[in-house]
Amino acid sequence: MTVLLESIELTKHFSMGKGRTVHAVDQVTLAIAEKEIVGLVGESGSGKSTFGKTLVGLHSKTAGQVKFKGKVLPQKYRSGDFQRMATSMQMIFQDPYSSLNPRMTVGEIIGEGLRLHSAETNAKVKEKTAEWLERVGMHGDHMSRYPHEFSGGQRQRIGIARAMILEPEFVVCDEPISALDVSVQAQVINLLGELKDKMGLTLLFIAHDLSMVRYVSDRMAVMYLGSLVEIGPADEVYFQPKHPYTEILVNSNPEPDPETERGRLSTTIQGEIPSPINVPEGCRFASRCPKVMDVCKHETPQLLPLKDLNRQVACHLY
Amino acid sequence: MSEMSNVLHKKEQEPLLKVEGLEVEFDTYGGIVQAVRGVNFSIEANETLAIVGESGCGKSVTVQSMIGLIPMPPGRIKAGSARLRGREILGREMIDGKAIRGSEIGMIFQDPMTSLNPTMTIGDQIAEPLQVHRGYSYRQAFSRAIELLEMSKIPEAKDRARQYPFEFSGGMLQRAMIAMAISCKPSILIADEPTTALDVTIQAQILDLLKDLQAETGMAIILITHDLGVVARMADEVAVMYAGKIVEHGNLDDVFYRSAHPYTVGLREAMPTNDPVKQHKLEPIEGSPPDLFAPPKGCGYNPRCPYAMNACEQKHPDEFYLLGKHYSRCWLHHPQSQQKPESLYFKESAS
Repeated sequence: MTVLLESIELTKHFSMGKGRTVHAVDQVTLAIAEKEIVGLVGESGSGKSTFGKTLVGLHSKTAGQVKFKGKVLPQKYRSGDFQRMATSMQMIFQDPYSSLNPRMTVGEIIGEGLRLHSAETNAKVKEKTAEWLERVGMHGDHMSRYPHEFSGGQRQRIGIARAMILEPEFVVCDEPISALDVSVQAQVINLLGELKDKMGLTLLFIAHDLSMVRYVSDRMAVMYLGSLVEIGPADEVYFQPKHPYTEILVNSNPEPDPETERGRLSTTIQGEIPSPINVPEGCRFASRCPKVMDVCKHETPQLLPLKDLNRQVACHLY
Repeated sequence: MSEMSNVLHKKEQEPLLKVEGLEVEFDTYGGIVQAVRGVNFSIEANETLAIVGESGCGKSVTVQSMIGLIPMPPGRIKAGSARLRGREILGREMIDGKAIRGSEIGMIFQDPMTSLNPTMTIGDQIAEPLQVHRGYSYRQAFSRAIELLEMSKIPEAKDRARQYPFEFSGGMLQRAMIAMAISCKPSILIADEPTTALDVTIQAQILDLLKDLQAETGMAIILITHDLGVVARMADEVAVMYAGKIVEHGNLDDVFYRSAHPYTVGLREAMPTNDPVKQHKLEPIEGSPPDLFAPPKGCGYNPRCPYAMNACEQKHPDEFYLLGKHYSRCWLHHPQSQQKPESLYFKESAS
């Protein structure tokens, strides 16, 4: 297993003024192997998207490092850095409506990366754009149209083509299917799977749909209030969650099976995710945890490997 | 069988709500959109009916027409009736008089942030229907609003009632919406994608709350959703809609375990299951729903259906009844159909 991308104690804070700080991502350490799909789950406000954006350099880093193929990436990207990294890392965004420039044609949107980051001639760019439109299941002659002429699923395909045309090695997919209908979700997921196999991609798949994350990912990582609480093989994390938060997430996830649902014990979690401005001392989940102990309120648990299991958990229970 | 069950039905009491032959269309610059093309269903007290389908299949228009939320014009209820305890509610005067909306039928929406008034406090907004429909004074209505917020399990309801929507989180806003919807003790609550915008943990809380309130008040719930997981958790009855028509209808187990329409099967196979044994590959439904400017003459699903036959292009199938009230509108169930795909449930051939 060769590590492609590594985040070492990666931290991203946003200053709110008046000395207040949003602790969006706090000391997240995660290594992603080549050709691996890591799924990242958690409630909104847990810092999933910020983590993804910080990885690809869309946010500067407050502390910590990101290493790509062993090389440390700059703390803050300048324009030349984007130029250099664009062919290695790309991102697919959640909202297919707001992430495409309405004043550019689809051809311009998809071809822009090539024009900026490669020495291809205009004719070649056009040819490749048409080729990619076909690869994502659309037509080459869609190039001259504008984003508003397409449905949500088609726009997401355009977003995928835009990210993939530079043939990156690592792609962050930030909730790529949340805005889509069930039948279209499956189309997009299968397309991503196909591209992954053909291009040998490595993916960080951010989503809040646990079933889908389990379906697409090799490993599942669970985030809560800016820190990683559990990580392990996707199936094992889903079927034998160790961290109380993961357990609650899995139990809250409704499954399309009446019998499972009837047999489910109600384990709804009380309350909501606290504000990341005043992060509580000790374990961040302590205020909502059903298994909370005294130690949780003072000491921050470290993400440590479990015995006999291929799993890392940040919880005082273990 | 179909006539048989009709005969059996007439003897029964009039259901709480009975919708028959509902057709709704909209005038647009592009022509007339036939959003709902003949929908029948009924619902009883204490029952939860889930209406499932892709965006644009007419789920929301169906329920909005019952509480006068269809803007007319451009909208038009072309045909059909909806009777609440035997009383017609689709008529003009009912809709304008607000006799139904907010009083007999409450409704909650997908996006609570945009469906609440940002310039009114939460308490005032919940109090408003009580003043309009029940003749409460402001003071009475406001104190009742606080009780309702408590019923919806909002902590520190007294202080919260004086806050504005922007001070609430998404989950809390949906609770406030529920408090408002149930303020006049409606006999039916329409929940239009109530948890789509929420996290799974908060979704579970809201679904639990809806179930608790139903147990307390005995109201019927019409739940509109595209999430089959939510359906499995909540529904008693399920209606699957496609291109403005209900294509399969039955109780929860019938529709999930004895799916009889290719579209229902298609929806299920497009979703990952979490049963480690039954894990299947995701099978997307290729293509997209038909254009409702010119809806197909035959079955709307036929261009995407793996089992499409000649008959499917010609005529829309009627209800083929399987077991009890479970029906599928698919020609495959016609006695003379040659195909019996394994993924579909068929009526056991009675002699």
